[in-house]
Amino acid sequence: MTKFFPLKAFSGGAKLFSIKGGVHPKDFKALSAECAIERMPAPSLLRVPLQQHIGAEAEPIVKQGDDVAKGQPIAVGRGAVSAAVHAPTSGKVIAIGRFVAPHPSGLPVATISIRPDGEERWAELPPPLDPETAAPSEIAARVAASGVVGMGGATFPSAVKLNLGKRFTLETLVINAAECEPYLTCDDRLLRERSEAVADGVFCIAKALGVSSIIVAIEANKPKAIEAMTNAVAGLAIEARVATVPTRYPMGSEKHLVQTLTGRETPARALTADIGIVVHNAATAHAVHRAMRYGEPLISRVVTVSGKAVRRPANVETLIGTPITDLLDHCGGLSEEPQRLLLGGPMMGQPAPSLRAPIVKGVNGVLGLTAAECRRAESMPCIRCASCVSVCPCGLTPLELHARIKNEELDGAVEIGLLDCVACGSCSFVCPSNIPLVQSFNYAKGKLTQQQRTKHQQEETKRLAQQREERMARIAAAKKEAMAKRKAEQAAKKKAKEQKAKEAAALKAAQEEAQSGAQEPAPGAASAGAAAAAAREATAPNENPAQKRDAAAKAAPDKTEAAQ
Amino acid sequence: MLAAVATMTAMGLSLGALLGLAARRLKVEGDPIADEIEAIMPGTNCGQCGFPGCRAAAEAVAAAAAPVTLCPPGGRMLASELAELLGVEADLSEMGETTPMVAFIFEDQCTGCTKCFKRCPTDAIIGASRQIHTVINDACTGCDACAAACPTQAIVIRPRPDTLQNWHWPKPADGLDAAAAPAREVAA
Amino acid sequence: MSARVLASGPHAHSQASVSRVMMLVALALTPATAFGFYQFGWPAVFLFLVTITAALGFEALCLKAAGRPVGRFLLDGSALLAGWLVAITLPPWAPWWLGVLGAGIAIVIAKHVYGGLGQNLFNPAMVARVMLLISFPVQMTAWVLPPPMGAPGAPGILDGLAITFLGRSPAEAGFDTVSAATPISHMKTELSRGLTLEEISAATPDLMDLALGAMPGSMGETSAALLLLGGLALIAMRLISWRIPVAVLGTTALLALITHWIDPSRYPSAAFHLTSGSLMLCAFFIATDYVTSPSTALGQLIYGASIGALIFIIRSWAAFPEGVGFAVLLLNACTPLLDHYIRPRVFGRDRRGKPLDPTPTPRGAARRAGP
Repeated sequence: MTKFFPLKAFSGGAKLFSIKGGVHPKDFKALSAECAIERMPAPSLLRVPLQQHIGAEAEPIVKQGDDVAKGQPIAVGRGAVSAAVHAPTSGKVIAIGRFVAPHPSGLPVATISIRPDGEERWAELPPPLDPETAAPSEIAARVAASGVVGMGGATFPSAVKLNLGKRFTLETLVINAAECEPYLTCDDRLLRERSEAVADGVFCIAKALGVSSIIVAIEANKPKAIEAMTNAVAGLAIEARVATVPTRYPMGSEKHLVQTLTGRETPARALTADIGIVVHNAATAHAVHRAMRYGEPLISRVVTVSGKAVRRPANVETLIGTPITDLLDHCGGLSEEPQRLLLGGPMMGQPAPSLRAPIVKGVNGVLGLTAAECRRAESMPCIRCASCVSVCPCGLTPLELHARIKNEELDGAVEIGLLDCVACGSCSFVCPSNIPLVQSFNYAKGKLTQQQRTKHQQEETKRLAQQREERMARIAAAKKEAMAKRKAEQAAKKKAKEQKAKEAAALKAAQEEAQSGAQEPAPGAASAGAAAAAAREATAPNENPAQKRDAAAKAAPDKTEAAQ
Repeated sequence: MLAAVATMTAMGLSLGALLGLAARRLKVEGDPIADEIEAIMPGTNCGQCGFPGCRAAAEAVAAAAAPVTLCPPGGRMLASELAELLGVEADLSEMGETTPMVAFIFEDQCTGCTKCFKRCPTDAIIGASRQIHTVINDACTGCDACAAACPTQAIVIRPRPDTLQNWHWPKPADGLDAAAAPAREVAA
Repeated sequence: MSARVLASGPHAHSQASVSRVMMLVALALTPATAFGFYQFGWPAVFLFLVTITAALGFEALCLKAAGRPVGRFLLDGSALLAGWLVAITLPPWAPWWLGVLGAGIAIVIAKHVYGGLGQNLFNPAMVARVMLLISFPVQMTAWVLPPPMGAPGAPGILDGLAITFLGRSPAEAGFDTVSAATPISHMKTELSRGLTLEEISAATPDLMDLALGAMPGSMGETSAALLLLGGLALIAMRLISWRIPVAVLGTTALLALITHWIDPSRYPSAAFHLTSGSLMLCAFFIATDYVTSPSTALGQLIYGASIGALIFIIRSWAAFPEGVGFAVLLLNACTPLLDHYIRPRVFGRDRRGKPLDPTPTPRGAARRAGP
């Protein structure tokens, strides 16, 4: 199916390979492409979420009222896949609580709010690390400590990806600077203005991975960035080249970019590392450079503010945690109420839930789009024109997927490749009926995950219920046993008394013999046994770590139960 | 004629004997379908279905004495699974889109009487005597046993709150089709 | 704020819309239709207008009955196009009720009974054509070849109104030169009488006339050249893919070439096949109907080739002179099957849907390092 014909015209000499599908949206990059990166001063309040990455939420290590310095870690990663968070500037922690997340749902997320003091007082930063001499694990550790995540939007913790060299034999590092989303120019500007820094970051990543070659992939519509990067990578100690890839959405999709550059198709459900290739984003490389050479954590990023509803489109170096509204104000505010206010590009970006939501590490654009730019009309029934089939870069049949999802046949949709969809949106983009195909797929994927979670949880509660039942049974049995013993004891005593009365004249020794003859343990021993059983029951549930609850709190009710 | 009668009789006898033997040998003890059903039931014995425990409910469903939609905590998903298992059509429309429910304790009304957590089939309520109790959402099935036991009506059963982890995109309204003919739910 | 729209991406869109697609297809049909008006005169114009009006009327009624917003769906152009296709496949001097009935069959029975836009299994225009052909064989084969519009002897506006609406037959109307058979039916009749093609050829128009359309036939299907022009425009605008037209035309032409080479006295040339009947119309405008054709590349090739083969078979050996309608309907019925079994290969998976093996690099190094 894949045609391996070379596209020499684009590649600057090296062979490229074609990929299926794709679309050519109007790119609107001219709005901001010539705006040099500008620094935005710290806003009056920063809202720094603790979950700006894929994986577990970071754990705060500061308290309300603490003074923090610029670059000081304020939360540390929890678990294998997580990322640290740092104070974007110096100031005071005014709250640690839950605040609206830069996520379409607008649900709250744990957030540290910092009021900047304007002093820009830096924390003590770790010393520079030389990639030539540092061990790969040291580089990864530094990147982890600096809280660097994939800045193309996926926000996967970069350090985890730097450690892939341990598990896979890697050959090539691909730097994804395709920037195929319309409007966005932040990577373009970064490559043009800070090409040396990016190239150095690329080198650091390559060293950590232990690869032997580097390809920097840039779309053909960024000639200046291509020129700057070609010069910058020429001096690197590892074989590196810049590849000019055709301007076509979704060229920036990791697996499709790899196929374009190498002709090799990453297997479904596998990583590009499985075929010896690791892909990092250009802005991530820049962040790695800052972390290695200056010890600076990731506390700011370049964000493209654009769209026709924005008065002054710009590329702004923004502190993490800056509210969207402050960033927009910095760019002259909105000239009209936008039809859509987006975080990210128009193809895969997400609607911002609120103007107060903060900029986070993965936000590469803030777009205020007018109705004319969105061009989304009311949807019509599918006319089966199959445009979606011909543009799908993943070889899916979106019309069929949608039909199945519409009928709630989610398993049927999985059968024909729902989980292979990368949600690039090419299908919705071309659909003449304006069917929200991507949302339909997102719904189905989310619902399936939820079903799995529910199922897992049901199994868990079932297990808990069984445990409880067994415990109750044991307690009941213990109680019964204790009761029986007491009865037997009393009976024995009674019997003993009767015997005493009857055989008042008998010897004491004979009396003792009569007791042991009834084969009853001493009364004291019986009650001690029951108490021990009860105590055992009381502590038993605590031995199970899965119950994840306060040991003391748990033991208490059990004791009350056991005592009844 | 005689030969034919003899042959038929012999055949009848031998086949009959075989059947009798098979009935003895291959006899099925108990009702395996009830076990299968019990295996997929929530297993919390909450009693909301009106049967004493999940086993009894499973037997009732297996005997077709109860509908597959009987279990509120299992919801729509369990109902469709049961329908598939039993090969019956389930009318899920009445169940509505069941959102998972959890118990919530109004802490200002809680007296710390411990009655609720003694009733909880999954140990989802923590707290000690004369202390405020809290519900662990992940362990709670929303079975209502605690709410019924609470002497101060401090417990309500409400939909499980959305979090960033369990939120997902809503199903897109499909233009006019939805208005004209609501999307049919297909069992299983 | 109102920018808070809970809609998933993409938030941009190409200009494509259903009405744009339908209008462009109609535009591509315009040259051939205009030629039909010129050639067959006022009766053709009236029949066309009546059929389209009826199609829109039936559409509006059905939409109202289905509870859909009438305005928006009426403007999507699908009913206009369906009516248009019904009209241009009718004999140009057919009475008005034939057009209304055709439009009714296409819109009510073939489209809305199945659930409206996008839901129909069969091509509405072809259902109408075939049902009319079977029900009214006489009216559906009453071909004419009058002097072109404006030329002396051609029917004027009043004559046209009389022919279309009063059901006056051409002879009654005083046009004695008009009754004629289409080249393809003429050939069929003569062949069945035992004549050879050489003997018939004197009575069939030459190739140039066939290509331009100077022959009796349905209102809009005679000019193969103009239909080809419109079809190529659709392909150039990427509204239809090249696969179905190429497969249909290619298969018919190939079979004609072979049979003509074997027995030129019984089987006409490929050029005759391509230029006569409604093959050209079918290849570009009927078989390519989105709703009723397969959605994958391979499926479209199979579908197109099968239609081409069936058309050739029906034309050569069946009782009907033209097989387009039947061929299209038969393959429409196969479309769900083709779509079910033929799917594109998913990225990162083989044809059977299994994930690919992580293939070793040319240097053979990149595999999982550890166990």
